[in-house]
Amino acid sequence: MSIKDQVIAIIADQAMLEPSDIGMDQTLEDIGIDSLGLVESIFAIEENFDIQVPFNANAPEASEFDISTVGSIVAAVEQLIAEQKG
Amino acid sequence: MMHRVVITGAGTINPLGADVPATLEAMQAGRCAIGPLDIRDVDRLAIQIGGQIRGYDETAHFNRQQISLYDRFTQFTLLAAREAILQSGLTFSGDLADQSGVVLGTSGGGLNTQEENYRAVFEEGKNRVHPFIVPKLMNNAAASHVSMEWKLRGPSFTVATACASSNHAMGQAFNMIRCGMAKVMVTGGSESMLCFGGIKAWEGLRVMSKDGCRPFSATRNGMVQGEGAGVFVFEDYAHAKARGAEILCEVAGFAMSSDAADIVMPSKQGAARTIAAAMRDGRIDPADVGYINAHGTGTAANDKTECAAVADVFGAHADRLMISSTKSMHGHLIGGTGAVELLACIMALRDGIIAPTVGYEEPDPECALDVVPNVAREAKVDVVLSNAFAFGGLNAVLALRRHA
Repeated sequence: MSIKDQVIAIIADQAMLEPSDIGMDQTLEDIGIDSLGLVESIFAIEENFDIQVPFNANAPEASEFDISTVGSIVAAVEQLIAEQKG
Repeated sequence: MMHRVVITGAGTINPLGADVPATLEAMQAGRCAIGPLDIRDVDRLAIQIGGQIRGYDETAHFNRQQISLYDRFTQFTLLAAREAILQSGLTFSGDLADQSGVVLGTSGGGLNTQEENYRAVFEEGKNRVHPFIVPKLMNNAAASHVSMEWKLRGPSFTVATACASSNHAMGQAFNMIRCGMAKVMVTGGSESMLCFGGIKAWEGLRVMSKDGCRPFSATRNGMVQGEGAGVFVFEDYAHAKARGAEILCEVAGFAMSSDAADIVMPSKQGAARTIAAAMRDGRIDPADVGYINAHGTGTAANDKTECAAVADVFGAHADRLMISSTKSMHGHLIGGTGAVELLACIMALRDGIIAPTVGYEEPDPECALDVVPNVAREAKVDVVLSNAFAFGGLNAVLALRRHA
């Protein structure tokens, strides 16, 4: 499975949706993931890819990890994997 | 008949000082005790700062047998209780002992004891632990040891409501004396969660700051944990007066409520409802409130919600009162935090000194109150409030009045 598909699977699981229901330009809010769900998703991403995700729930916009859409999360995870596992 | 309740003793050990005078001096000076954590495996933590009690040596205070029974949170409690009870001048025997109890707050209880012994059996593969692990780690150990040390044979128990534990405990103590169930209550709280597992668990929520606690500042980025204890002697006013005790202040009102909404997110309505109810309980005119010791954790969510609640309850008076968070100096003592913060309330009422919110860098339009930034202030105040809003949506607000 590609990184993109794995991230989508994690987000879909959190939202209790099918991966096919998740669009790359959707926000987490669109999908129904709240702040606790976001923190759980990031944990699942860290565990799945064995990476550290820089994210502070107090200042999401100031974090290096861009959570604005599903697509931005996929891109950020790809970059973190390249940096941390490359 | 309702009895009036006063505070006749105060004690503490916390990152700012090993007793009340040292703590108040540090608060007045706006000293910040948050720094690098010195704990085992700190290199494996993403959060490496905290309000730790530096240079603490348990063997300087307790013998080997006591240490085998006293977790760090119990040790802090006993040291704080010793100072408080000594100041009150009370000794407990006969009827007074039967009418005096202990109610204390803690969230993690003997967390260090749990951690050390999980390490022993899981990490080191040992099949044997010390025989006193259970009485050492239990959340009521501190309350029980206080009752044993000073022969307090009345109602005693422990309250665990996360970050509101101490305020809930002191609220129970207040009501027990008020309704005549007890003459004297030793109350407050303690926490000692600065161990690898304690911090690691908090890290997971991603609400901790890596660089400092800056409540109400636009640049705030989370909470910082602290450790320590605050213990007080609450006493029936008539009893205190009859024996000529020095009265630090009066406990005037208390309210508690539940948001019934979210397990971690605070609620403006819940906070506002509790603040208003505490003032009603103490028959306090909101215009008389001069200072609020805020919950003020330094998280994005708490501080703006708390300020909005204060603005709602007080209207125009919200701009005239002072509100500060001493967590900026000692960190968040979780189950012990309200107790240490009550010291700032006593300092405001008795000494006319308002503890500052240090680390304040930049105004946040969502926290547009007088947060006493960075520098302590002299001001005569008659009534103060102390807020605590816990995870789980459990709120507890105390109202204190100056003793003329």
